[in-house]
Amino acid sequence: MKPLQRVLLAHGGGGRLTRQLVEELFLPALENPFLATLTDGALLPELPPGRPALTTDAFVVDPPVFAGGDLGYLSICGTVNDLAMVGARPLYLTWALVLEEGAEGALVATCTEGAARAAAEAGVAVVAGDTKVGPRGKGDRLFAVTAGLGVAPPGRDLRDDRIRPGDVVIASGPLGDHGATVMAHRHGLDAPHLASDCRPLSGLVEALCDSGAAVHSLHDPTRGGAVAICHEVAGRSGLRVRLVETDLPIRPEVATVCDLLGLEALSLACEGRLLAWVDGGHAELAVAAMQAHPDGVEAAVVGRMEELPAGAPPVLLETAVGGERPLDLLSGHELPRIC
Amino acid sequence: MTPTAGYSDPRALAALIAKLREVTCGLDRKLTFMEVCGTHTHSVAKAGLRRMMPPAVRLISGPGCPVCVTPVDYLDRALALAVLPDTIVCTFGDLMRVPSSGASLEQARAEGAQVEVVYSPRDALELARRRAEARVVFLAVGFETTAPTIAGALAEAEADRVTNFFLLPGNKTMPQVMRVLVDDQELEVHGFLLPGHVSVITGWRMFSFLADEFGIPGVVTGFTPTDVAQGVLALARQAADGHATIANQYGRVVTAEGNPQARRLVDRFFEPADSAWRGFGVVPGSGLGLKPEWAHRDASLISVELPAPREPVGCRCGEVLRGVVDPPECPLFASGCDPELPVGACMVSSEGTCSAWYRHERWAGAGA
Repeated sequence: MKPLQRVLLAHGGGGRLTRQLVEELFLPALENPFLATLTDGALLPELPPGRPALTTDAFVVDPPVFAGGDLGYLSICGTVNDLAMVGARPLYLTWALVLEEGAEGALVATCTEGAARAAAEAGVAVVAGDTKVGPRGKGDRLFAVTAGLGVAPPGRDLRDDRIRPGDVVIASGPLGDHGATVMAHRHGLDAPHLASDCRPLSGLVEALCDSGAAVHSLHDPTRGGAVAICHEVAGRSGLRVRLVETDLPIRPEVATVCDLLGLEALSLACEGRLLAWVDGGHAELAVAAMQAHPDGVEAAVVGRMEELPAGAPPVLLETAVGGERPLDLLSGHELPRIC
Repeated sequence: MTPTAGYSDPRALAALIAKLREVTCGLDRKLTFMEVCGTHTHSVAKAGLRRMMPPAVRLISGPGCPVCVTPVDYLDRALALAVLPDTIVCTFGDLMRVPSSGASLEQARAEGAQVEVVYSPRDALELARRRAEARVVFLAVGFETTAPTIAGALAEAEADRVTNFFLLPGNKTMPQVMRVLVDDQELEVHGFLLPGHVSVITGWRMFSFLADEFGIPGVVTGFTPTDVAQGVLALARQAADGHATIANQYGRVVTAEGNPQARRLVDRFFEPADSAWRGFGVVPGSGLGLKPEWAHRDASLISVELPAPREPVGCRCGEVLRGVVDPPECPLFASGCDPELPVGACMVSSEGTCSAWYRHERWAGAGA
């Protein structure tokens, strides 16, 4: 087959070109017996014991290819991670692409390969898909939409209302890498050492849950970053999150991009990090289990939970110089400052 | 390690604050020090410095946030330009959400006005090159610090004959407005943390008049927490001893004379002009206007229809900018005016006084 040059409206028309795209690009890359039937719905085997978990997500990224990943890879990782954060083992995903007429074929191929790579890393099957094409100028090259199905094994129960005062907050690695990478790219900053943290976290979650540490809740700090997640957790647990700036893993490159662009590293998105709320007595056990897994080698305790005094800020940062400041949610999206 | 990590050492800071406590403990009055630079506002809030100060030291913010001091009629003009056909308005990001008499630039963009956020005037110049059919207007706001890069973009536009690149002049300069501040009977300031970035360009000698004419000490100060603490300590020592000189804490980048090359570039294009400041009104000679020979770059000469300027009702931004009230004293603060839907300009930029208080200090006193 001639490699796809440009996306045409006909690629989404359901005719010969659609079929060609599916058979020559999507099927070989995402290969599995469920997808191979080419039925619109995938009939799946019975699920393992436990509680099923279902999620959906949509992905719009500018740029669609960035250091450390692409929109395809990201879309599978993001969906897998949404399932993993509720304690589910991800099993089956759907993957739909909305393409813009005129989008480069090579971009579609790169993102398809990225999706296949992420699915292989996470051990999930993409069992159904769809392609639509919108007219030129009515989209931004390509968007991806997914659904994900997984099962939380019996006895696993991750919820914010299980979080107690004294619990520690553990970060699985440096924060803000993904957001800083994308922002640097958008603003033409040359940051050769920056790469997205994008990765599936299901393996790390299994390692952590198998360690024997009492894990109370898990979250991946995507949009809004660690600050947004900590606010959610504080709201649902009724407790205060106290983070310690000197313990927060933030790469110097990320700090520099934030300084230059006037951004807050803790509000930048991660796509392959998790924050774990773990019984304070099990902190070392949990950190050791995470560090022993390839996706958690830089795991560290970054804060702890405490009672929330009336009227006090729900998320507090002990600053590097010994001060304290409340961490507030972003308003709208972050605007760069003048100087 | 970031380049300034050495200036954020907690032990050094603790030692400075202990000294500050020593210097101020015997005083029978409270010392009020004002910073006049948005980056100081931001870094004081970010490090949590205000609450680390001894009880005798009060840190307040003056008119140092370029977005905050930009008056409503400037934004009205920017909006009017943005809706003209074939006209693109380019702006630094934090002007986007500032309310004008009507919509903000952000709202206007959603309704179809051509507004682009840029990080530097050069980005606007590049856009002008790419979009030769359109007029590209850069909103030239900021203090002495941003003026040279704006002049640099103009120089490039002249050299390369990029005829569709315009400025809406709005740059302001510090000394005259500081004169107004120290003349203000309502305000009691015992010293100024002087703006490090501005001083890189102007040199610190520009601020000598504060000590010489008004007997108020000043310290040109850098932006890390220890920089700021050193600046405050130096001010406290002078205030305690009854001295008044202008000192330079930020000697690693600031000299007495500043950067003459940058100033020559600014002088080529700009001349002092009367300028309106939110909270202060028109301050003679406190702005930068384009010289008449560059009138072909001046977007303020493009004819537009302007609404009658309307200041938000109840907003005390003006008094906040003059350091007369702290943000919580404004009736709208956190009840009707917040960063999501700002009423006044001080709530918009992260270096705006109200925004910094809202984000970092609105719980002060509630057992943080």
